[in-house]
Amino acid sequence: MNSDKLTFKEGLKDGIPIGLGYLSVSFSFGIAAVSQGLPWFAATLISMTNLTSAGQVAGLSIITAAGTLLEMALAQLIINMRYALMSLSLSQKLDASFTTPHRFLAAFGITDEIFAVSAGKPKDVTPQYMYGLILLPFICWSSGTLLGGIVGSILPEMLCSALGIAIYGMFVAIFIPPARKSIGVFVTVVISAAMSCCLEFIPIFESVSSGFAIIICTLAAAAAGAVFFPRKEADEQ
Amino acid sequence: MKISIAAYIAVMAGVTYLIRMLPFVIFRKKIKSRFVKDFLYYVPYAVLGAMTIPAVFFSTGNVVSAVAGLAAALVLAFKGKGLLPVAAAGCIGAFVTELVLTLI
Repeated sequence: MNSDKLTFKEGLKDGIPIGLGYLSVSFSFGIAAVSQGLPWFAATLISMTNLTSAGQVAGLSIITAAGTLLEMALAQLIINMRYALMSLSLSQKLDASFTTPHRFLAAFGITDEIFAVSAGKPKDVTPQYMYGLILLPFICWSSGTLLGGIVGSILPEMLCSALGIAIYGMFVAIFIPPARKSIGVFVTVVISAAMSCCLEFIPIFESVSSGFAIIICTLAAAAAGAVFFPRKEADEQ
Repeated sequence: MKISIAAYIAVMAGVTYLIRMLPFVIFRKKIKSRFVKDFLYYVPYAVLGAMTIPAVFFSTGNVVSAVAGLAAALVLAFKGKGLLPVAAAGCIGAFVTELVLTLI
């Protein structure tokens, strides 16, 4: 039984594509932060303590615009509110070995991608698996920012831009298999993607921030899935 | 009064951590409600759908290479390949397309 549990090693392996994706995104964050006047160590510290993309970019603009701390707190709250949903969702499929100290520690590393990968696992999530999964993305996110901040553009631009799609390739690999098997998952993804396009391209929604757009799409599409495609008891595991 | 960068970073990091930590630590019981369970089951797929489309089309140098990369990733995902091969296919598809586009 014990050997069937998710291991640290398996987490590490699943973290590789996330780390690769983070490297390019954090690299560009490092470049952006330094070009806006932040010292490289501050940019790196932001990445090490926040581990999030949209929130950091918004935070960067508030720092450079000398905004208030309240503004900073509110912006982070709105943009990162989706993590509360993800934490809640993930709290429902934790292994019994996930004690409170582990929860305090592992919660730090719940990002969109780390949540998606761990939530997509058929088995309950162990602390060891979570730490393995978080480790490489954390290292890549921090070191990518450091590199971007210090050396600017050492990579050829074409290579940089091709790496930018890695993260989305990973998303596709997560939702395609279940979407093929379950009409409910398929419809949920389609509704969410369609709404996300509306919020992005229809001019009246221009003021909706990207973090908030994800919250709206998630709430609506997941609710639609639950209403129109309730799962049978037997489907749960 | 000038706010130090350290204060900004502390607020950013503190708020972001609390958002992640509180639901994770507080919710101990398994939720009973059918609707809430199904809702939470669909949350990750809804998040992924919203984050992937349309952002993937702007993730590379241009829309054409992004579409090529996405197509390559979709093909491998449909074949049931894992995260790394699918992500790599996306990168290679996009890179080769950008290379070809610059040569034309």
